Amino acid sequence: MPTFAEQILSRAAGRPVVAGENVVVDVDLVMLHDSLAPSIIDVLHNQLGAERVWNPAQVAVVIDHVAPAATVRQAEQQQQVRRWVRAQSIPNLFDVGRGISHQVLIEEGLARPGMLVVGSDSHSTGYGAVAAFGTGMGTTDIALALATGQTWLRVPETVRIHAHGRFQPGVSAKDLGLWVARQLRADGATYASVEWHGLDFLAWGDRMTLATLSIEVGGKAGIVAPAGLTSADVPSWLRVDPQASYARTLECDLATLAPQISVPHTVDNVVDLTDVGRVAVDVVYLGTCTNGRYADMAAAAQILRGRRLAPGVRMIVVPASSMALEQAAADGTLATLLAAGATLGTPGCGACIGRHMGVLAPDEVCVFTGNRNFRGRMGSPGAHIYLASPEVAAASALTGYLTHPREVVADWPLADVRTPAAAAALA
Amino acid sequence: MARIWMFGADVNTDQIVPGRYAPYMLSAGDDLRRYPFVEARPDFAPSVQPGDLIVAGPNFGCGSSREYAPLALKLVGVGAIIAPLFARIFYRNALNLGIPCFTADLRAQLRDGDQVDFDLATGTLTLADGTLLNLPAPPAFMRAVWAEGGIVPYYRRYGRFPGAAQ
Repeated sequence: MPTFAEQILSRAAGRPVVAGENVVVDVDLVMLHDSLAPSIIDVLHNQLGAERVWNPAQVAVVIDHVAPAATVRQAEQQQQVRRWVRAQSIPNLFDVGRGISHQVLIEEGLARPGMLVVGSDSHSTGYGAVAAFGTGMGTTDIALALATGQTWLRVPETVRIHAHGRFQPGVSAKDLGLWVARQLRADGATYASVEWHGLDFLAWGDRMTLATLSIEVGGKAGIVAPAGLTSADVPSWLRVDPQASYARTLECDLATLAPQISVPHTVDNVVDLTDVGRVAVDVVYLGTCTNGRYADMAAAAQILRGRRLAPGVRMIVVPASSMALEQAAADGTLATLLAAGATLGTPGCGACIGRHMGVLAPDEVCVFTGNRNFRGRMGSPGAHIYLASPEVAAASALTGYLTHPREVVADWPLADVRTPAAAAALA
Repeated sequence: MARIWMFGADVNTDQIVPGRYAPYMLSAGDDLRRYPFVEARPDFAPSVQPGDLIVAGPNFGCGSSREYAPLALKLVGVGAIIAPLFARIFYRNALNLGIPCFTADLRAQLRDGDQVDFDLATGTLTLADGTLLNLPAPPAFMRAVWAEGGIVPYYRRYGRFPGAAQ
């Protein structure tokens, strides 16, 4: 009985396939970004000898990793990528400021339920937010996919996360994702597809928090069950099979889940926020494909409204996309963040890879809404990165130390600004 | 002789080559060979010799999809990587580049700096005291990719992916 991975890969292979098989599959969409595009283009033309991509309409190129360029050499490489996109007649180039690839390709309707999407970025598992099988690959695999429209892989086993109930106020998808990393550890789902169930109430943006975090437990894909998706057309063949076979199931009662925090220097080094002690914070960074969306900014703004950052704290907001930024600008969310003392970066990957727009100095402590706290990830290997939700990040920005939102919000509990129904009611 | 370079568990690709040292970030004329483990183990790049072996704990190569991490190891001539579990994307990238990865835990039998003889064809390490360690045989398709020097020459020779119908 098929898992989501087996259903999607069976369609992509043109025959029924099961976990453990090595298969050659047709890809629906290939994503490459500025950081690796130069090497991919080199392998495609100079090593594989291919002159054209197999189908330009199924290729998307995103300038997000260093956007805008920070050095002349990066600017030259981006220029060459733009020229290549034109020469190949690729219709989908998302240039500086449009945002992070995974977010943008879903917003644009290019990544859709049931698709097989391969991307030159490990967080390509994020396409599972709309029940696509998204997986990250390196330069050579992406070049081969561009040349042939195909890739080869082993059909993965599946680890199932089954959530029950609803989050407490101040707790959100990030806390679930970190809790799962705490349980499974960094290698607990190596080579597996991670399926997320019981989360029908989540908007696709919050689902992407979980889908992107799936790689942090080793996942090959991270697919959230498509029930409750409103904006996407779910193919009739993609459904939850009650008989599907899972390598492991992890149950989580959301009602008892407290804010989680990932302590330096590994993602799975997770504790309850209340157990971490008093940790002073220099930088609060809200952004990334994991937690840089409108709902994340709105959840932070709700906590920061009418308040100011603690003295000595810098807060950097880097929206996941231009659409997220426009939405935050339109309804006053952005103004609230700026009035509190936060500042704004160009939509994109920002400092997540430690390249620009807020890299850290030795001994600096950052509360980061992203997905990796590896030593040196955001700059100096002497910096300390704590992964947390936007709610915890905002609360910590107000106090200057790691803080539970309920400590700083006078009219607790917070209203829910994240679920689609709640957002509609507030509007 | 091959030197053993010993690493712990969960070595991530940011440790192998930090994103700040990606080819995208380097000045023209700079060389990726300078940067494997540049921060995590600064003595590695200046002294690693072709054929040396990396022996590590589980989940080697977790994190980013950056192929320049295994590429940097290939460029300095790492002969094989031996770990009880590899992260998925790293394992695949290494195969694509023709870097042999063996799934085995040799941390108890070897120490950092040990000198061994390594025979890739048989997957055998011979320690200084004569002890033989046999690595588990990889699947045939993997050996075929290694034999070609990576997936690109493999694909160019056979016109298909490993395991595909002929």
